[in-house]
Amino acid sequence: MKRVLAVLMENQAGALSRVVGLFSQRGYNIESLIVAPTEDPTLSRLTMTTIGDEKVIQQITKQLNKLIDVVKVIDLSASDYSESELMIIKLSNHKDTIKKIEELGGSIIYQDETILNAEFIGTSSAMDKVLSTWDDKNLLEVVRTGILGLSSNAKTLTI
Amino acid sequence: MNKQEVSGGEALMLSLQEEAVDLVFGYPGGASLHIYDALFQQQAVQHVLVRHEQGAVHAADGYARATGKPGVIFVTSGPGATNAITGLATAFMDSTPVVVISSQVKSHLIGTDSFQETDMIGVSRPVVKHSYLVKKPEEIPKVVKEAFHVATTGRPGPVVIDIPKDLTDASYNFKFSYPKEIDIRSYKPVDEGHSGQIKKAVKALLRSKRPIIYSGGGVIQGNASEELTKLVRLLNFPVTNTLMGLGAYPGTDPLFVGMLGMHGTYEANMAMHNSDLILAVGARFDDRITNSPDLFALDAKKIHIDVDPASLSKIIAVDIPIVGSAKTCLSQLIEELEKEKYEIDKDSLEPWWDQINNWKKEHGLDHNLVDKAPPKGKILPQQVVQSLYRETKGDAFITSDVGQHQMFAAQYYHFDKPRRWINSGGLGTMGFGLPAAIGVQLAHPGSVVACITGEGSIQMCIQELSTCLQYGLPLKIININNQSLGMVKQWQDMQYGGRLSESTYQGSLPDFIALTESFGHVGMKVEKYEDLQKSMEECFKMTDKLVFMDIYVDPDEHVYPMLEAGKSMQDMWLDKDKKTWE
Ligand SMILES: Cc1ncc(C[n+]2csc(CCOP(=O)(O)OP(=O)(O)O)c2C)c(N)n1
Ligand SMILES: [Mg+2]
Repeated sequence: MKRVLAVLMENQAGALSRVVGLFSQRGYNIESLIVAPTEDPTLSRLTMTTIGDEKVIQQITKQLNKLIDVVKVIDLSASDYSESELMIIKLSNHKDTIKKIEELGGSIIYQDETILNAEFIGTSSAMDKVLSTWDDKNLLEVVRTGILGLSSNAKTLTI
Repeated sequence: MNKQEVSGGEALMLSLQEEAVDLVFGYPGGASLHIYDALFQQQAVQHVLVRHEQGAVHAADGYARATGKPGVIFVTSGPGATNAITGLATAFMDSTPVVVISSQVKSHLIGTDSFQETDMIGVSRPVVKHSYLVKKPEEIPKVVKEAFHVATTGRPGPVVIDIPKDLTDASYNFKFSYPKEIDIRSYKPVDEGHSGQIKKAVKALLRSKRPIIYSGGGVIQGNASEELTKLVRLLNFPVTNTLMGLGAYPGTDPLFVGMLGMHGTYEANMAMHNSDLILAVGARFDDRITNSPDLFALDAKKIHIDVDPASLSKIIAVDIPIVGSAKTCLSQLIEELEKEKYEIDKDSLEPWWDQINNWKKEHGLDHNLVDKAPPKGKILPQQVVQSLYRETKGDAFITSDVGQHQMFAAQYYHFDKPRRWINSGGLGTMGFGLPAAIGVQLAHPGSVVACITGEGSIQMCIQELSTCLQYGLPLKIININNQSLGMVKQWQDMQYGGRLSESTYQGSLPDFIALTESFGHVGMKVEKYEDLQKSMEECFKMTDKLVFMDIYVDPDEHVYPMLEAGKSMQDMWLDKDKKTWE
């Protein structure tokens, strides 16, 4: 089962490698991982998607908490949460491409005679749907951030 | 002293003094020259020069295990640092507090593949509790304070401090001040168990008819032997210890049913398997204990006390998990049990004790083998341990290496006190025994320290015999020489049709007596059963000398009982032809 974890950790050299190392060391898999400093510059916030049953997720959470650099961990997918990801795609510039991008809710961030870069934001499945509207000939390259998540209740992940 | 101007190297030495460090084990090199110069110019911290960095970490680890104080190590960059990795992994698996201070190439050279550069933080990452790369000389006191705090609290473990050479240079000075308090916002180990869980546990303990207490290294590390002993006696419960937990409960006490697990006693394994309640304290349901988790003690309710939340329900689902230190949680259990509302009915356990004593009578270990001449004429390894036990009156510090000799030591030397049995249980590191004994002897200069080893293991850190001469350490090395990598051979005998692939030396063993003598010590060779006890006496009479006893034993002896892989804890081999199943 897909699970989304949010981790607050010290914004320090080496902290991320400890988190990533833990996953490979213990045989947990990472589907996606996204990390950036928070509004408090001493902290980074990480959203990771992983696959596992209840027991595995509990172990992952405990092992993450055990890392000295990790301040807090929550399993977003244990209750209601919102998720979103950013995707940028590179398309061949044909005459109906711009219209199609706009219909799909994307915005154009670069454009010349041959190429278009378009940006989309939404759930992973919405992004998958966007991708399926183009064939391989016109869809030149795709880059996705992976899931960013936030609980949808009053509780916040802070220290 | 607190406000003088010092260099980074001096700040390191002053910080170690603040942590009450009296001994450091290490080996110098280019990147650590500044540190060694600062060491030279002070007296408070003494240094022990080993002959290999692996030995330094094991020695510091032995020191830590025997005292409860953190062991400290200095290594240089590159090969010095990588040589320390096996020691770190050993300490990590057994959760012992050691602090490795590794030197690093100068800051501006980091990342350039410079001479003797290794990414120590990266290489050590999976085998440390935490690590620090120091960025500025001024950070040294705070980093040392934090490192010692992390290494020694909660579930202890090894910590690395990597210091680039330029930070310890005497040409840069700053004001030294050592932090009084430390607060790591993301690290707050829990000490006290949840009171509701404690109450639940007490009720379950009193309701059980076939209970057993299973305790591990956490009770020793957590200095909770006294509390464990009190609880066991209060309840009149049988108690078993893991390999790491031996000595937490007196080994000669009638309530002690012996070690459990892979080579545990028949009665301990049977009692675990047939119990209706297991109270696990500071133990982690390791695969060498449970055999097959799916078949593990299916009728038993499980209570688990551990300071590391990640140990709870990791392998075996636990009914009553309690997060907290062994010492505090056991005290809480005792306090709760002593309340008037509870009645402890010791008599109700009588049938259970009868059953356990029957198991013991049926297939318990024979602790008097040494009184009878061995059937094939060759000394039995078990007899060596029994002879040592008698000679030292059970009161020696015993370190060991890894293999059959280690298991025989665990089975036949009874440890009545904690911190007396020092071995690499988690990683199973051959080569641990001799350097560990160095650390133990330095921690307890007047005490008898013996290393039970095998001719395979001892050769892995044999160079430390030279260290022993330099510091005048009168260790007693008991080499149970079965002329083979006995534990490997045992598995090949049992599971590979006796095909002894690379587990014997084809007559290439060194003359250990000549070898020992060349290192400046005394060697003794024992080949006959008739000489065993007498030689043992002679050896221990030489109180001021290191004696290496090379004792030739029967190479065909196996360690039993032995759990059968893929089965439950009641499925054991009892000797070469006897098994408990089918
Ligand atoms: C460093 C290391 N390498 C390999 C092993 C695998 N191993 C476990 S026991 C053993 C044999 C040890 O031989 P010896 O020290 O003579 O002890 P014995 O079993 O004969 O008593 C080996 C090779 C190990 N535990 N550690
Ligand atoms: Mg051997």
